[in-house]
Amino acid sequence: MKLNSTILVSAGFAALCACAGAIAGEVFSGYTLLQQATKDMQDDDFMNPGMAAVAKGAALFSAQGKKAVSCASCHGEGGKKLDPKRIAQYPVLDAKTKRPVTLQQRILNEWAEQLGNAPLKYESEDALALETFVRNLARGQVVNVQIDGAMAPFYEQGQKLYEMRAGQLNMACNLCHDNFPKQKLRAQVLSQGQTNGFPLYRLADGMVIGTQTRINQCYKSVRAEQQPYGSEEFALMELYMNGRGNGLKIETPAVRF
Amino acid sequence: MRRKLLLLSTAVCAGLPLSALSDDKPVETYQPWAAKNKTIQEPLGGLKGDAARGRKLAIDGGKGNCLACHIMPVPEEEFHGEIGPPLTKIGKRFDEAKLRMRIVNIQTIIPDSLMPPFYKNPAELNRVAEKYKGRTILTAQEVEDVVAYLMTLK
Repeated sequence: MKLNSTILVSAGFAALCACAGAIAGEVFSGYTLLQQATKDMQDDDFMNPGMAAVAKGAALFSAQGKKAVSCASCHGEGGKKLDPKRIAQYPVLDAKTKRPVTLQQRILNEWAEQLGNAPLKYESEDALALETFVRNLARGQVVNVQIDGAMAPFYEQGQKLYEMRAGQLNMACNLCHDNFPKQKLRAQVLSQGQTNGFPLYRLADGMVIGTQTRINQCYKSVRAEQQPYGSEEFALMELYMNGRGNGLKIETPAVRF
Repeated sequence: MRRKLLLLSTAVCAGLPLSALSDDKPVETYQPWAAKNKTIQEPLGGLKGDAARGRKLAIDGGKGNCLACHIMPVPEEEFHGEIGPPLTKIGKRFDEAKLRMRIVNIQTIIPDSLMPPFYKNPAELNRVAEKYKGRTILTAQEVEDVVAYLMTLK
């Protein structure tokens, strides 16, 4: 009976918070939910399987493009001229389009325009390797996405998508990840849906995946349509998801289940 | 009929559970229901539920999947979820009409609930994957089976 009423009270509390439309209490990284062995795997660069993507990304970063330049030609060997604090601000407002652009999209744009290469597919292995390499340069930096001013309307649109019911199961991201983090869905502990570790190595997939792939995996489990990678909608969602995790430390490449 | 038999035998040969075939069944015509005071009094389609089938559906991860969120008197399965209230004595707490409403679409009672609506009008769902378009999560018969099972939990 005591268990019964505890659950009812916490469900009631969560329902109240749901009306406010955001995370109740402190933001926390999915890292805190990991077993010690998985934490150890993430923390040791020699054991972390995501580091292979960092190495691959580093190679691509210094590979000459069709225009006889590489990323490193402008951004320095190993990206040493890139500002980790700037990397931690993505998605940022694109000066040309006046819309939010994700880190991966920015890299893909440069890859095609500055280097003259054939475009890489969003969320493809090479695209993720480059993003993982660049994001890893900002590991330990605090996520610091602009969510006010010119970004505010985009942030709100992203939140609406995050809270939009979809699929035959008629679920929305916030219903689990805002309202029930740390609670068990069958054997799985629900996270807060934070993105500070992305791109990350997902043990269940045996590969590095990006934020947008992870969203599509959730869409699949609620029997919703898959959304196209690199879409405007996904950029808005990534803006909201990164922004709601402002203050968390970047862990790329994180290791998760 | 012949095609159906062929499908069936193929599935048996491949060692697939019969439930894997369920998505290939023709789409059942959605039968509208009427809610009254947070209840649905009449069984969907006038069908009679079977508690033993209902128990299997409640456990099945691709059907009721109740264990994802609820503790249930199903000792042979591990890792019961803890998001929703335990269903151990749910048949004592609610009568059949109230249980039916909650399974069909609990969001008519608790708008923020994350529990899937198992028999909502498919035309009112958003962005459903092609494979599941026009279908409810459970059929009318399956809803009645689950109701019959939950009524035994006292």
